[in-house]
Amino acid sequence: MTADVSLSRPTWVDVCHYDDLIPERGVAALVRGRQVAVFRAFDGALYAVSNRDPFSGAYVMARGILGTRGGAPTVASPMYKQVFDLHTGRCLDDPRHTVTVYRVRRSAAGRVEVADPPAPEPAAREPAAGVTRS
Amino acid sequence: MGVGSASQKRLVVVGHGPAGHRLVEALRQRDSGGSWQVTILGGEPRPAYDRVALTSYLTEGADLGYPAHDPGVIQRHGDPVAAIDRARRTVTTESGRVVPYDSLVLATGSVPFVPPVPGRDLAGVFVYRTIDDLDALRACCAEAKGRARAEGRSPAGAVVGGGLLGLEAARALQGLGLETHVVEVAPRLMPRQLDEGGGAMLRRHIEDLGLTVHAGTPLAALVPPAPGGDGERVGGVRLADGTVIDVDVVVFSAGIRPHDRLARGCGLAVGERGGIVVDDGCRTEDPAIFAIGECALVGGQVYGLVGPCFSMAEVVADRLLAQAAGAASSAAFTGADASTKLKLMGVDVASFGDPFAAGGAGALDVTYTDPVAGIYKKLVVSDDARTLLGGVLVGDATAYPTLRAYVGAELPGPPDQLLFGGAEPAAGELPGATTICSCNNVSAETIRCAIRGDQLTDVPSVKGCTNAGTGCGSCVPLVKKLLDAELTAAGIEVSRALCEHFDFSRAELFDIAAVCGITTFTQLISEHGRGRGCDICRPAVASILASLASMEGRGEHILEGEQAALQDTNDHFLANLQKNGTYSVVPRVPGGEITPDKLIVIGEVAREFGLYTKITGAQRIDMFGARVEQLPAIWRRLVDAGFESGHAYGKALRTVKSCVGSTWCRYGVQDSVGMAIRLELRYRGLRSPHKLKSAVSGCARECAEAQGKDFGVIATEKGWNLYVCGNGGMRPRHADLFATDLDDETLIRYIDRFLMFYIRTADRLQRTASWLESLDGGIDYLREVIVEDRLGICAELDAAMERHVAAYADEWRAAIEDPDKLRRFVSFVNAPDIPDPSIAFESERDQIKPVLVAGPELEVVSR
Ligand code: SRM
Ligand SMILES: Cc1cc2nc3c(=O)[nH]c(=O)nc-3n(C[C@H](O)[C@H](O)[C@H](O)COP(=O)(O)OP(=O)(O)OC[C@H]3O[C@@H](n4cnc5c(N)ncnc54)[C@H](O)[C@@H]3O)c2cc1C
Ligand code: SF4
Ligand code: FES
Repeated sequence: MTADVSLSRPTWVDVCHYDDLIPERGVAALVRGRQVAVFRAFDGALYAVSNRDPFSGAYVMARGILGTRGGAPTVASPMYKQVFDLHTGRCLDDPRHTVTVYRVRRSAAGRVEVADPPAPEPAAREPAAGVTRS
Repeated sequence: MGVGSASQKRLVVVGHGPAGHRLVEALRQRDSGGSWQVTILGGEPRPAYDRVALTSYLTEGADLGYPAHDPGVIQRHGDPVAAIDRARRTVTTESGRVVPYDSLVLATGSVPFVPPVPGRDLAGVFVYRTIDDLDALRACCAEAKGRARAEGRSPAGAVVGGGLLGLEAARALQGLGLETHVVEVAPRLMPRQLDEGGGAMLRRHIEDLGLTVHAGTPLAALVPPAPGGDGERVGGVRLADGTVIDVDVVVFSAGIRPHDRLARGCGLAVGERGGIVVDDGCRTEDPAIFAIGECALVGGQVYGLVGPCFSMAEVVADRLLAQAAGAASSAAFTGADASTKLKLMGVDVASFGDPFAAGGAGALDVTYTDPVAGIYKKLVVSDDARTLLGGVLVGDATAYPTLRAYVGAELPGPPDQLLFGGAEPAAGELPGATTICSCNNVSAETIRCAIRGDQLTDVPSVKGCTNAGTGCGSCVPLVKKLLDAELTAAGIEVSRALCEHFDFSRAELFDIAAVCGITTFTQLISEHGRGRGCDICRPAVASILASLASMEGRGEHILEGEQAALQDTNDHFLANLQKNGTYSVVPRVPGGEITPDKLIVIGEVAREFGLYTKITGAQRIDMFGARVEQLPAIWRRLVDAGFESGHAYGKALRTVKSCVGSTWCRYGVQDSVGMAIRLELRYRGLRSPHKLKSAVSGCARECAEAQGKDFGVIATEKGWNLYVCGNGGMRPRHADLFATDLDDETLIRYIDRFLMFYIRTADRLQRTASWLESLDGGIDYLREVIVEDRLGICAELDAAMERHVAAYADEWRAAIEDPDKLRRFVSFVNAPDIPDPSIAFESERDQIKPVLVAGPELEVVSR
């Protein structure tokens, strides 16, 4: 949909070595001038979202606390504590807000790479405000 | 089209906005037999998206897409329907495609109204309704900025219309970097929702945000730029009084008109002010045709909020299913309340019921204005002041969910009390008919029944069963209240579970960890919880483990191993996060006593690293504006000079303030400074459920404000009086006198036990004041425990404190000596030397002041 339409083929940008990531914590990385927060979940899975907290406008998402809500992996903004779904970028406390989701992968050499431009997997899209029919 | 089994009926949905989308979702969900073959004909080039959140597409590039329908649904987008042939039961699209239907649903929404003013066709003039509108707007603003820069002026834009959407659009324009004007014909902002006082207060807030408001003068024309400029493009807005505002961009947000062209075209009845006439089943006079959402005129009214649109969609889904099953459906749309609440960059605005009812006889206005705090509240009540008719809240809308639910019902208390959000009624009293969730139109009764019927015990399951709270979310607090009330009534103890990952309260978890000797989060959650925790339980457990570590004499660093990942950002960087992502540094200054040399060091460090300095409210000095990568260097300097962490970032002992005391003060009867320092050094670094503050005064004049502290000490002729469980802050509480005329050692022993008992038994983030209020037996019980050792635990408590004192080590010294802990102190993992470009400062009163580089954006919490 909207975001997808504009997608050119993403290039993978090398960010750091997998071991540079503290388990269950995030780091901020500069991906072609854009700030991306990269997280390593307890199960080793990688997630990346824009480092900008939509509520405060400050670039701090990487410093949030990781966790789960109803099974979904989440990060809580360290500023005003809203919780975001790491798969969809949608704010679970106020679905009107989202952080852009980046694709991220671990290369054979153990490098962490972020896709630019960002591309939310359509599969991993959350129901929007008002249409949640859990 | 319409291929599918012969028995299948063909449903054609015209328009794919929220209403159309919800209709199809609801239908497909329940139409297991596949009795309807659904075809969607959408006018926009893309499937339905969350129009309500449109602005976040502009400000955050948010992806608004609704979940895709299942593949069985045929969709055609970007080809609007041009005509309906009711006789043949077909619709024809602009591209000439002819689609037959058995039932037709019009969900064509509305179009922005653009008043017929001269110049409205100039380039640079927009409406604010679709993603395409916003793409065009953004492009134009970018161009305008370039042009303005070239001409050495700052770019400007005007929004015509000061209603909800107008203000939303205005903030967005500002976010795009334009100087923004709001032009409103009415004498006040949000005329449809706010009364005069509310409008005036809102205007003040809006102007504080840097927007310019022109209210009370109609728009005369849009004019091209001053001669020489491009005549095709808008250059200014002329008001009726002749004023011309120079702008590069104009956005019309002057209301909407139902999109009823198709209905008119095929002779269906429409209201005189537009809107397709339908009955309460959303059916037009032609039984084969329905209309839902903003294009429908139901009960003589058109609804401009998404909530009612959803309700109509659900109604029609129900009717269609019944029809296919040859049954009858009584589903009906019986109106919705147009209560609205939004938050524009921290400005709460809410209006509910009929805020103008006071106009009519037999109604009273109750108004509360606080010009300083920028708060305006008005309740409209029946003349006996018992029934709530409506109201307006600006600046503080905390009472909104409760008040809205009470519209039309008997008030639980005197109106003036309600205004202060104070007399919050027990949700048990809410009349069953009151709408709790207006997004999904769910009543208190429905929720109660669901809770009783399905024995629900938590909010998520209530949301799941009733849909309440799944829209804007503003009603969730009320839903929670209803749930708690029901549970208590049913004798079920309201869960004190920490969060979805632990069924235990903090105190229970503390005991579990203590008794089972658990020292890691992983062990605790795998043995006594579920999942991987969250921002609630992780820091709480981190604090528990840290308290235990020091009570057991294992002076373990809070950034040790797994612990590090649990910590809130303040603890994780051993500093306080500030609004722009920088941190503040507060070295400990025990008792507020500091040598000139140390003062000079602080000054030098601040100057060297360009930090903002301020004397804090607790007798020490705060240095603001440090970037993460600067913290270690700053602390190296401080530690070398003999400073240590002040734990301003931690739920731990903050400060022990002191007055001058007997050493200098002519009234002093004891050495308050000496005692304050002794206490601060004794309890420094002690992690607790919430922060701990203390003070020692040298005489009854109480210059150290000891009676406003978690534990406060006041000198007497014979020794010390101990006060406990006071605090300032949000709910100030005067401390209680615990014991009098104590000698030094007894004083300290009592405080040791007091603190340890609090740490063991308090709830997460519960200060000593509310902890005491929750203790059965209150202060007397506390005395029995601490003085008379009623629980026989005093020896334990004493020993625990001794171990803490012995094991204390400065967190910052340990951090700068450990490369592994220092790893985290970089702005960018892939560019350690590049400072965060979003952090910038301007100067104010000869010091730095943060400026957010990316403009803060508008926040619409809900309507
Ligand atoms: C710096 C300071 C304001 C100042 O410049 O004077 C301050 C700053 C903050 N206070 Fe405070 N408080 C400061 C003295 C106070 C005082 C006065 C005092 O301590 O004597 C109070 C009222 C007394 C009390 O707490 O009982 C106070 C009551 C609060 C509260 C409300 C606590 C409550 O129980 O209601 C909060 C919110 C909280 O802690 O949850 C808070 C929270 C904060 C936070 C941590 C908010 C935040 O998360 O960013 C601020 C951190 C700023 C920073 O980065 O340092 N601050 N705060 C003061 C630091 C004192 C120090 O040297 O450590
Ligand atoms: C910026 C903004 C903020 C808002 N904020 C809120 C809020 O906070 N809370 C709230 O409750 N409401 C809000 N609203 C209002 C809310 O978006 C509307 O109530 C809702 O979108 C109405 O849904 P709908 O499906 O009836 O109409 P629409 O959303 O207008 O959808 C109608 C669709 O039908 C299409 N269409 C029209 N004619 C044809 C045709 N002939 N053939 C084919 N397709 C056609 C249109 O292109 C459109 O895509 C906001 C609206 C805007 C613009
Ligand atoms: S009172 Fe405390 S929390 Fe509030 S702004 Fe001042 S420093 Fe910050
Ligand atoms: S009022 Fe319940 S979700 Fe909006």
